[in-house]
Amino acid sequence: MSRILMKGNEAIGEGAVRAGCRYFFGYPITPQSELTHYLARRLPEVGGLYLQAESEVASINMVYGASGAGARVMTSSSGPGISLMQEGLSFLAGAELPCVVVNMMRGGPGLGNIAPSQADYFQATKGGGHGDYRLIVLAPNSVQEILDLTGKAFELADYYRNPVMVMADGIMAQMMEPVELKNEAQAEIQAKPWAASGMIDHPGSKRIINSCFVIPEEMEAVNIRLKEKYTQILFNEQDSEGYLLEDAEIVLVAFGTVSRICRAVVEKARQLGIPAGLFRPVTLWPFPAEELKRTTGKAKCFLSVEMNMGQMVEDIQLAISGKAPVYHYGRLGGMVPVARDVLQEVQKLYSGGVVK
Amino acid sequence: MKKVFKRPGILKDVPFHYCPGCTHGVAHRLVAEVIEELGIRDTAIGVAPVGCSVFAMDYFEIDMFQASHGRAPAVATGIKRVLPDRVVFTYQGDGDLAAIGTGEFVHAATRGERITAVFINNAIYGMTGGQMAPTTIMGQVTKTTPFGRDREINGFPIRVCEMLAPLEGTAYLARVAVHTPKAIIQAKKFIKRAFEVQLEGLGFSLVEVLSTCPTNWGLSPLEAVKWLEEKMVPYYPLGEYKSPAGGVINA
Amino acid sequence: MARVIFREERCKGCRLCTAVCPRGIIKMSGRINEMGYHPAALEEPENCTGCTLCALVCPDMVIEVEREEKAV
Repeated sequence: MSRILMKGNEAIGEGAVRAGCRYFFGYPITPQSELTHYLARRLPEVGGLYLQAESEVASINMVYGASGAGARVMTSSSGPGISLMQEGLSFLAGAELPCVVVNMMRGGPGLGNIAPSQADYFQATKGGGHGDYRLIVLAPNSVQEILDLTGKAFELADYYRNPVMVMADGIMAQMMEPVELKNEAQAEIQAKPWAASGMIDHPGSKRIINSCFVIPEEMEAVNIRLKEKYTQILFNEQDSEGYLLEDAEIVLVAFGTVSRICRAVVEKARQLGIPAGLFRPVTLWPFPAEELKRTTGKAKCFLSVEMNMGQMVEDIQLAISGKAPVYHYGRLGGMVPVARDVLQEVQKLYSGGVVK
Repeated sequence: MKKVFKRPGILKDVPFHYCPGCTHGVAHRLVAEVIEELGIRDTAIGVAPVGCSVFAMDYFEIDMFQASHGRAPAVATGIKRVLPDRVVFTYQGDGDLAAIGTGEFVHAATRGERITAVFINNAIYGMTGGQMAPTTIMGQVTKTTPFGRDREINGFPIRVCEMLAPLEGTAYLARVAVHTPKAIIQAKKFIKRAFEVQLEGLGFSLVEVLSTCPTNWGLSPLEAVKWLEEKMVPYYPLGEYKSPAGGVINA
Repeated sequence: MARVIFREERCKGCRLCTAVCPRGIIKMSGRINEMGYHPAALEEPENCTGCTLCALVCPDMVIEVEREEKAV
C-alpha cells in the first residue's frame, strides 16, 4: 500500500489504469486536460494507447469502436465537449456497449467559463442524448473517491453493458489530496462474448454492434431489454452517504465539492443548536431515493445545495413525494457556495418564514 | 463446365433492398470478392454508414459495426487501434463521408490509420430522398437544388481523392466507377490494392467509387450509366491518385 | 460452350445486362416475377459465349456463368 499526493484529474487516470483500461480517446478542454496529459504518459507504460482525437465527436465514436472490439476504454471532457458526445452516448447505450466517460463540469451554458459548476446534472441523469436510455452517474467528492469510483465505473460498465459517467467539477479536477494506492493485482477482465472482434475469435457466426432496428416490434423488444436492465440498476446500485441524519430536522442534500462545504455547514449549525444533517448522493443516477427516504424520518425540510439553478432538487422532491418542503440554494456560472452563506440559509429555514 | 462467375459466399443470400439498377449491389459484390480472394474473412471487420447502405451490416457475413452518420472512420480507428491485426474497412456514401463525416475521414487519413475506406459517390443523397450532396455537380438538379446547383448558394463540389493526396498519412487513393464492365474490372483491381495496402500496414487507403442513383437522378438505370459517363467522370477523373512508392510510411 | 443461369426471382428488371451483352441475346421477358418486375432472360442460349459481362454489371447477382474448359 502506498500513499501519495495526487491531483483529481490524475487520480482518474490512475484509477482507470488500475481497472485495466488501456485505451483513451479524447480531446483537450479545461478543466480536465491534465487527465489527458497524465494518460498520454501513463498508458504507454502499461502497453496502452492515448490517442488525441480531432474532436469530442470523433472521441466518443472511437470509444464506440474500441468498446465494440472488446476493450476497456474511456474518454473525458467538460460541458461543451460532453454536449458533442451526446449522440455517441445514445448509440453506446443503444448498442449496449460499456465505457467510462468523465465530465469535469464548468460554468455554462454555452462556452461559459472554466470555473466549477454542477449544472450538467440534468444532462447526465435525464438523458442529454436522444431516446430512452440512462447513464449510470457517479459523483465522487474526494480524490480518493475519484480513484475508487473510476475503478468501480469500469466494473459497472462491463457488468451492465452501458456507459457510466464519472461526474465532478473543476475544483475536484484540480485539487490535490493524499491517496492510498492499493498494491493489488491487475483487475481481471472477462472476455466479452458479444464483442465484434472478427470471426477468427468466434468462428461460424458473425456479430454485429448495432443500435438500428427498423422494425418497430424489434426496436420495442430492445427497449424492453434496456428497461429491464435499468430497473436492475435502480434496485442494485443506489449509493449514498449520510451524516448526522438520525435526528436531523433540516437535511442538506449535496454532491461532489458542495457536499464537503455542506458538511462544514452542518457541523457549524449543530454548534448553534440547529439539528442539521447531510445526505450525500454518490450515485446521481440511480438517485438514492430509497436511502434518502429511509434515513430522513425526522426531516421537516430539505435544502438542496448545488452549483446550478436547481437540478437535483427535483429528484429530491420526486423521492420524498411531498413529505416535506424542499428548498434550493445555488451559486451559478462558476461561483462556489460559501459556507457562511449556506449556514445563513439554514438559519433562515430553521427560524421559519422563508419560502423559496 | 466450370463455374466462372458466381455470387461470393460472404454476402448473405438474400435480395438486396437497393433500387433496380443501383450500383451499391456491384460495389458490395466487389468488396466481398476481394475479401474472399485475399482470404481475410475471419479477420475483416466492416463499419456500415447511415445512408442507403445502412444495411451493409446485414449483407456482409463478417463482424460488422453500425456507426452514426459520418463517424465510421472514427469507429474504425477505435477498432483498429485495439485490434491492429484485423482488416478494418468503412463503407460510406457521399453524405456520410464528405459532408458530416469530413472531420473524421480527413483526420483518419492524416493519422495514417491503417484502415480502408470504400467511398460510394453517387452525387446525391439517396436514402433521405434525393437532396444535394457535397459531390453534386454544378447545375445538377436535386430536391434541395431544384434550380440546379449554384455557385452563389452552394459553392463547388468536393473532390475527395485530390483533397487527400497531399496528406502523408494516405498510402493509397484511387477513384473508380462501376457502370460498365471495363470500369468494374478496373474497380475490383484497385479495391483489392487498397486492402492489400492495409495488409502491408502502409497507411490509410481509400477507393472512391463513382456510382449511379437512378431513382433520385430521375433516370432509368441505363440512362444513369450514360449520365455517370458523360457528367461525373469528367469532373471526377478515374485513376490512382496515390500509390505506395515503396517502403513503409512512418507511424 | 457456355451456360448462364438467371435467378429470375432476384431480377429487378434494370436492363443493365441487356446493354452489355456483345451478342445482344439478353431480353426482358414477358413474365412478371414475385417482386413485380419483368426479369431478364437469355433469348438464344446457344449463342452465349460465357463472357460474363452481364454478370459483371448485374447489381443483384442474378446471373451465374459456366464455361467449358478448353483443352490445351
